[in-house]
Amino acid sequence: MALLQISEPGQSTAPHEHRLAVGIDLGTTNSLVASVRSSIADTLPDEAGRHLLPSVVHYRRGADPLVGDAALDLAADDPLNTIASVKRLMGRGVEDVKRLGNLLPYEFSTGASAMPRIKTAAGDRSPVEVSAEILRALKHRAETTLGGELSGAVITVPAYFDDAQRQATKDAARLAGLNVLRLLNEPTAAAVAYGLDQSAEGVFAIYDLGGGTFDISILRLNRGVFEVLATAGDSALGGDDMDHAIADWMWQQAGLNEHADRKLQRRLLRDARAAKQALTDALTVPVQVLRPDGTVWQGDLARSTLVQLVDPLIERTLTPTRRALKDAGLKPKDIQEVVMVGGSTRMPRVQEKVENFFGRKPLTTIDPDKVVAIGAAIQADVLAGNKPDSDMLLLDVTPLSLGLEIMGGMVEKIIPRNSTIPTVRAQEFTTFKDGQTALLIHVLQGERELVSDCRSLARFELRGIPPMVAGAARIRVTFQVDADGLLSVAAREQGTGVEATVTVKPSYGLTDAEIENMLRDSIAHASDDNSVRNLREQQVDADRVLEAVQAALRADGEKYLDRDERAAIDAALAALHNARIGTDTTAIKQAVAAVDQATQAFAMRRMDASVRAALAGHRLDEFKS
Amino acid sequence: MTGQASVGVQADLGKNYFELFGLPVTFDVDVADLTARYRDLQRRFHPDRFASASEPERRLSLQLTAQVNAAFQTLKDPVVRARYLLGLQGVDTGEDTDTSMDTAFLMEQMELRESLAEAREAADRHVRLESLRQRVDEEFEARSAQLRTRFMENSEPARRQARNLVREMQFLQKIAHEIEELE
Repeated sequence: MALLQISEPGQSTAPHEHRLAVGIDLGTTNSLVASVRSSIADTLPDEAGRHLLPSVVHYRRGADPLVGDAALDLAADDPLNTIASVKRLMGRGVEDVKRLGNLLPYEFSTGASAMPRIKTAAGDRSPVEVSAEILRALKHRAETTLGGELSGAVITVPAYFDDAQRQATKDAARLAGLNVLRLLNEPTAAAVAYGLDQSAEGVFAIYDLGGGTFDISILRLNRGVFEVLATAGDSALGGDDMDHAIADWMWQQAGLNEHADRKLQRRLLRDARAAKQALTDALTVPVQVLRPDGTVWQGDLARSTLVQLVDPLIERTLTPTRRALKDAGLKPKDIQEVVMVGGSTRMPRVQEKVENFFGRKPLTTIDPDKVVAIGAAIQADVLAGNKPDSDMLLLDVTPLSLGLEIMGGMVEKIIPRNSTIPTVRAQEFTTFKDGQTALLIHVLQGERELVSDCRSLARFELRGIPPMVAGAARIRVTFQVDADGLLSVAAREQGTGVEATVTVKPSYGLTDAEIENMLRDSIAHASDDNSVRNLREQQVDADRVLEAVQAALRADGEKYLDRDERAAIDAALAALHNARIGTDTTAIKQAVAAVDQATQAFAMRRMDASVRAALAGHRLDEFKS
Repeated sequence: MTGQASVGVQADLGKNYFELFGLPVTFDVDVADLTARYRDLQRRFHPDRFASASEPERRLSLQLTAQVNAAFQTLKDPVVRARYLLGLQGVDTGEDTDTSMDTAFLMEQMELRESLAEAREAADRHVRLESLRQRVDEEFEARSAQLRTRFMENSEPARRQARNLVREMQFLQKIAHEIEELE
């Protein structure tokens, strides 16, 4: 739901009204919020001047959760109630979480739901709810700093995030009361921050080694248009793994074999991280381990030892890097610039390895922790409509192939990996038994051929197919991926027109009802009034529709509408205007739907004419000079 | 929410992929010009441009740019373009149902594959692979030129020949891809 600033009734909504929009980097280890102020994009600090908000939430019984540094401080003492690196769990099922097992010190509740819920002192919490706490804290920071309600946010996700992970991120934003203008791939945001969109053209690699994820993206730039040629990565590889490698080494050096208890593990990890960071400048740092029996082991960690510990992990980043280059049909020498993103790229060893691989020095002038949030803020400013003349356009691709199950447990790919989005593809299937009246559509994501090796996104049924002999029905299945990378699937029997449609909700994700419940809970919790909030959201939406349609009518109303059509739209607008003044949420909603309905043909004609104008411009261009 | 019920109901904006780009329905496509048109359409109609527009306009923008992407993927590759063009002319290239091929062409393919297998093991594999790739490229280009002529003739026998050429070019593309994998 759009949340725009509301102007006084009667005053004209000026087209250049500045809307408050932010870019949010929802990271595994740290999160940031940035905004464009006086034409400069920068991250927003908290009252203490800290820009990075640790992505850590601490739950307490009978009190609001703590987020950020306050939560991080409690991580070592109360690890079970302090949730860190929750991004690893976004959109993941219980089975995936078991595989990540030893990396996560939390206890999971074993409910009927396929979605993991973490046991905390404040009750069971899903990863989406934990992420929403982080987003809520950033939203609060931004609204305090910028002095107003946010109209929208661009939230970044790893390019490699699958549909379930993107959907989970969007759900978390909705839960936090944020209007998502766009989910943006992190590497694309980094390229925008470096102003690579201003370059004439070129091919760039974005090497993003964060706390918990690694992404490599190959972007091509041409006259202001970004295309992601290829993406690859590892959604479970990052600085956290380096910390674990160092912690394990310290643990062994201290002569300990049995597993560390959770409290000690958190402390070890914290010390390991500090040692790693200190080794960016120093050649050797002292380290110590407090043994369970109270004795202390002391020793030194040299940079050369660190290199031995982390080299295998850095090597692991080069495998997806090679794959992305191959997908793009390029060699390392074809890359014009390499952009470094993520705190782990501060490590001299990482920069060295990347330089060796590409044969050129990577770009490191913007703080690698802030670069993604800054890029997201720049795009948020454009999407909020603050820069009507901007030429910026970001074209992204699907990170994984999308398909459906066919006979024999095989997957038929409908949308191949790296297809530019938005995209729509259709394919025809048929029945396999005589008299078959229903068809189960099983939607999958992944590169492998067997259903069991791919991720199951959704299952739905097309019913009411009239009985025919096997192979006679013609069922057209259409896959559509929107600009956020989210999938909807429709199936239609061509002969009879029987239809079924789903917007894909992963089986282990949150249902809309669950989100509604959480929203209600969180609002009740914040001692806000649900119905008042709903009404306000609906009014804001009404204002947006009124503004958009009136602008369109001013521009093209004369051209594309006859008198009756114009009268119908005017009547719908007047009805909406009246409903907007009242307090009946449902009436406003219905009036908005009526305007949408009344303007459909108008919108189509305008779009059609713009397309023709755009193409006519092409032919004219040839005679211009 | 955008996109929920919008799949299936497609905007009737482009009659076919060629018309969507304002191009004549012919096999001859200047890929540089096509790319320029593609970028222009994306720049003007991408959903990001309609972030604060009305619901019908946002839906149309999504449908239109999805079509534009599909059209671009189809038209930029000569084989896919030819198959699409034959489809518009009512000719199904039928890769899934019809596996019969010209015998001479099949013999040639078998020989190419044998050479490829040998090259894989050979000490001078890079030289051999390179010359194989050149040969495949030439074969492909020759058919591409023939295809252009066949499409201009616009007759039933010409379409049948075009259909065969497309099928052969597909074989060649496949083997070219395999050579690339080895290189």
